[in-house]
Amino acid sequence: MSVTKPLPHDAAHLHVTGTARYVDDIPSPAGTLHLAFGQSPIAKGRITSMNLDAVKAAPGVVAVMVADDLPFANDVSPSIHDEPLLSDGTVNYVGQPVFLVIAKSHLAARKAAHLGQIDYAEETPILTVDEALAADSRFEDGPRIYEKGDADAAIDAAPRQIEATFEIGGQEHFYLEGQAAMAVPNEGGDMLVHSSTQHPTEIQHKVAEALGVPMHGVRVETRRMGGGFGGKESQGNALAVSCAVAARLTGRACKMRYDRDDDMVITGKRHEFRINYRVGFDTDGRVHGVSFKQYTRCGWAQDLSLPVADRAMLHSDNAYLLKNARIESHRLKTNTQSATAYRGFGGPQGMVGIERVMDHIAHDLDLDPVEVRKRNYYAAKSDVSGQEDNSTPYGMQVEDFELHGMTERLLETSDYAARRAAIEKWNAENPIVKKGIAFAPVKFGISFTLTHLNQAGALVHVYQDGSVHLNHGGTEMGQGLFQKVAQVAASRFGIPLDLVKITATDTAKVPNTSATAASSGSDLNGMAVKAACDTIRDRMAEFLAERHQAEASDVIFSDGHVEVGEARYTFQEVAAMAYQGRISLSATGFYKTPKIEWDRIKGQGRPFFYFAYGASITEVAIDTLTGENRILRTDVLHDAGASLNPALDIGQVEGGYVQGAGWLTTEELVWDDRGRLRTHAPSTYKIPACSDRPDVFNVSLWEAENREDTIYRSKAVGEPPFMLGISAWLALSNAVSACGDAYPAIDAPATAEEVWASVRRVRDGI
Amino acid sequence: MDITFLLNGETVELAGVSPTATLLDWLREERHLRGTKEGCNEGDCGACTVMVSDADGARALNSCILFLPQLHGKAIRTVEGVGEADGTLHPVQDAMIEYHGSQCGFCTPGFVMSMTAAHANGATDHDTQLAGNLCRCTGYAPIIRAAEACEDKPVPTWVNNDRSFLLPEISRGEDEVRGAEPPIAPTTSDELATIYAANPDATIIAGATDVGLWVTKQLRELNSIIFLNRCDDLKKVEVTDTHVRFGAMVDMNTVGNALSDLHPSYGEMVRRYASVQVRHAATIGGNIANGSPIGDNPPALIALGATLHLRQGDSRRDLLLEDFFIDYGKQDRQPGEFVEAVSFPRQPDTLKCYKLSKRFDQDISAVCGCFNITVADGTVTDARIAFGGMAGIPKRAAAVEAALIGQAWTAQTITTAKSKFDADFTPLTDMRASANYRLETARTLLERYFAESQGQTTNVLEVSA
Repeated sequence: MSVTKPLPHDAAHLHVTGTARYVDDIPSPAGTLHLAFGQSPIAKGRITSMNLDAVKAAPGVVAVMVADDLPFANDVSPSIHDEPLLSDGTVNYVGQPVFLVIAKSHLAARKAAHLGQIDYAEETPILTVDEALAADSRFEDGPRIYEKGDADAAIDAAPRQIEATFEIGGQEHFYLEGQAAMAVPNEGGDMLVHSSTQHPTEIQHKVAEALGVPMHGVRVETRRMGGGFGGKESQGNALAVSCAVAARLTGRACKMRYDRDDDMVITGKRHEFRINYRVGFDTDGRVHGVSFKQYTRCGWAQDLSLPVADRAMLHSDNAYLLKNARIESHRLKTNTQSATAYRGFGGPQGMVGIERVMDHIAHDLDLDPVEVRKRNYYAAKSDVSGQEDNSTPYGMQVEDFELHGMTERLLETSDYAARRAAIEKWNAENPIVKKGIAFAPVKFGISFTLTHLNQAGALVHVYQDGSVHLNHGGTEMGQGLFQKVAQVAASRFGIPLDLVKITATDTAKVPNTSATAASSGSDLNGMAVKAACDTIRDRMAEFLAERHQAEASDVIFSDGHVEVGEARYTFQEVAAMAYQGRISLSATGFYKTPKIEWDRIKGQGRPFFYFAYGASITEVAIDTLTGENRILRTDVLHDAGASLNPALDIGQVEGGYVQGAGWLTTEELVWDDRGRLRTHAPSTYKIPACSDRPDVFNVSLWEAENREDTIYRSKAVGEPPFMLGISAWLALSNAVSACGDAYPAIDAPATAEEVWASVRRVRDGI
Repeated sequence: MDITFLLNGETVELAGVSPTATLLDWLREERHLRGTKEGCNEGDCGACTVMVSDADGARALNSCILFLPQLHGKAIRTVEGVGEADGTLHPVQDAMIEYHGSQCGFCTPGFVMSMTAAHANGATDHDTQLAGNLCRCTGYAPIIRAAEACEDKPVPTWVNNDRSFLLPEISRGEDEVRGAEPPIAPTTSDELATIYAANPDATIIAGATDVGLWVTKQLRELNSIIFLNRCDDLKKVEVTDTHVRFGAMVDMNTVGNALSDLHPSYGEMVRRYASVQVRHAATIGGNIANGSPIGDNPPALIALGATLHLRQGDSRRDLLLEDFFIDYGKQDRQPGEFVEAVSFPRQPDTLKCYKLSKRFDQDISAVCGCFNITVADGTVTDARIAFGGMAGIPKRAAAVEAALIGQAWTAQTITTAKSKFDADFTPLTDMRASANYRLETARTLLERYFAESQGQTTNVLEVSA
């Protein structure tokens, strides 16, 4: 069977030969035009006059569009229609698109986009959490609050209390392929759009609105993205809609791709958080009550900020049974890029909050942080009686808790106890370079919290030569979804993988799809494809059974053959026979996730079908003179259920860990006091480079089936490993704590400067 | 201007090319070779990496900031040209598949090219070879596994064919300069001196790792250009008993190699200076002449007591490198005058170069502190300390030096000297670091120098789990 095999990515050969096509590589029709945005140089204000004569007169410029030139909707928001494609007269952040240049070349468009003469009545922008709170600038009326028990009373009654506040920075996606789209006008006003997007249906929807046509007039195709990470869930809308309206205006194909700096300035990023925590606990480190206040900087438009902030609340427990918890979430509106989806979707920020609490408690009590964590874990299912509380702060019983066994295994394989002792010895002997080690667990909820999104469709054809054409609603951004789903299809038909053709995601083949997001890609689309394949297989089986006077259930599809009684055919023969027998060899498949129900206002229900788990241990070294720091070793044990493809899953784990560690260490977004992003290129924004990965990097998968009925009992693996990187941040805190008695209270990202500042706080009280 | 080069084994002759057309745009838009990707358009991500060979060997370069005229006489390989005609893949391509080195695949062609160049050169310091290639998906581990797996695989025959390119007279820069309108490409420094003196407003382009961004990011039109890539006499490295002298066109990779024995700490700093691709293009002359306050060579060279050799027409002058930098954006260089070379005296190695940045590899320094302190019989007899990132120019720490010279080499002296940094520097806060961090770490870097001299462990890069 094809599933469970560690096969390479389906496009690996195309990748290494440079023949994998991304949007900008697709041969464009003759006369294709290129687009660029003229952008706002200020963070807040009104346009008082606009003179675009120089733009129009620039070499190569064909046309220039402003909001009034748009034929229908001027909106690219994925949520509440609050995000005009082109400024409606007000500007709300530096980089906001104000006008659209249509030119004969990419370079000509970029050059002309700088020539607009626009006067603004500038207003004082709201940039920071403090400024937003002072101005009560927020989305929704007030904070969302989820509660379990009576947190304040439990905290007050506990033997010990801690209260503190810390900051968590945002994160630029830095997908290597920038945002890109191309629209090709078809007959009768129809539009074909190629888009580097995680959400083709939404592109279709927004383009249809902008063109004033039904969705059937727009077809969106996405073969692959050069990375997404959430940054292409909604941020591609502006480019696709621009291309479509420009193509409609000019009658020519139009292409748009952001230059890297433009991409970083225009598009949203991971949400920044400030978290205040108050916790009451006993001398064993058991939490009696905890109260979080989460303040998140959402930027100027709503985008996906509400569900992001919800998910942060939903992960404020992480792996810990909190008898009394209160989580208050403030969604603040600021004059910065509209923060958007990013791998983990708020979950990582919520999780960092509670891990910080655990770290702080352990420091306060001088206990091994691993012990404190274990004492607060949820109970394993086998230990939970029907009555006992094992519920999250939002009222969901945790029935699949894997972390007890995973933790013990990882502590053992990583030799944690001995290394912790060795580090203590090192730190006693070395005044300048200190080491630290930390463990962090991950429990991540799987399902879209907007329940209706948990559905997927597929379209499968078997041709008369036995080859299979596979299509589903998921998109490929590097995660290996297409290969995993193809492995499912091959397994259902019992055929080799090379009989299955993976095809581009296409809104004309599978409609009304959800974004490939929330780690749901293989769970949802794998099941939908399974359903479609099984429909065709059942028809083939029935047809053969009839011929051989057998039961359909006795027909076996295996090893590229089909057996019925004594007869044995190749799959290809059966396909040809079924075609001759006038059997339909095409089917759709559909899947909706069972068991989930969720009330996001009350904060009660079962938002998740199941949880994915992981655990990591990181060892670091810091230079106390400069704060320079480095990961020396990382051990990871990750729960991917019964893995559909262990090689691809380990790839997600390794990559997720490094990306998560990058978020919490070197990746620092800096805005100046006028709201200008100063880190808008890889020269100033530092994602991990090759040598930043751990020197020693041991990654294993936890071998256990998903307890819920998912596709071949596998688990989602896109986002959860990202949060394994939290152990790197905690290890830095541990290293800093070797410099003195005070708690390091380290912020994220823990840049060299932040580590250095923490050392001074701990050692010198500065 | 007219140029000739070899592209994936095929001779290409181009007439009338725009001097600021980048190789990347030309490959993608004119040749429809779209395996080479644009990731950042500024030489920081490596997605556009190609391999360029000439008589000096094979190098990985960023094609996004490489102008076509710089390629005259060279052999270029792109990802489309590393496999064999029969479809056999290059060993690094096979290994990248086998070890799952690609996920989204967008950075992959660039990695394949960097790995191909490293493989051709027998380089196995993979982290350094690949520091200029960013990958956001894999966490790099499988890529390194792939690189290790093909270390011993045979080098394809085309690698040598590229090196002995068909037009040696071109690769030696001896052919006629055709299309002699500006831009111009002198072949000797004498010719350069004449041309530049006559066209003092021209933009001089050496490796284009800075000027490239004027074009790709600032979208500037450069009307008058002088390309230095054919001036082989500016590419000389001289190491004699008395001095070390680098011609202005010596690339940073060569600088690093030349210094790795003489001044290992400087060599190590150069290893972390940008990336392989950038070091192969960037020149020491360019790093000095552009006057950046955060270039890493000037503080190191100033600490070594370097002299700058300038030329204008037929006249030459020498000045101490530290005197070249007058103020932010202002250097002691006359119109039509250019950097011919930089030299410093041979000396015992007491130099330590400390580069502080958010990321170890391929990052611009927040602070670059270079310390050259001579201690004899327990007393400091000489101290040359220079910093980048602490002022509008690379600058000596004169007050600190004064507080050290003549004093006993003790912790007490260090404590006293540390306090003098305020007198030397008033750094700024920017996206790389705060003013406070810069000033305070300048002090602690002096502590580090002392601690190192006492045999203490100070370098996190030298620590393992």
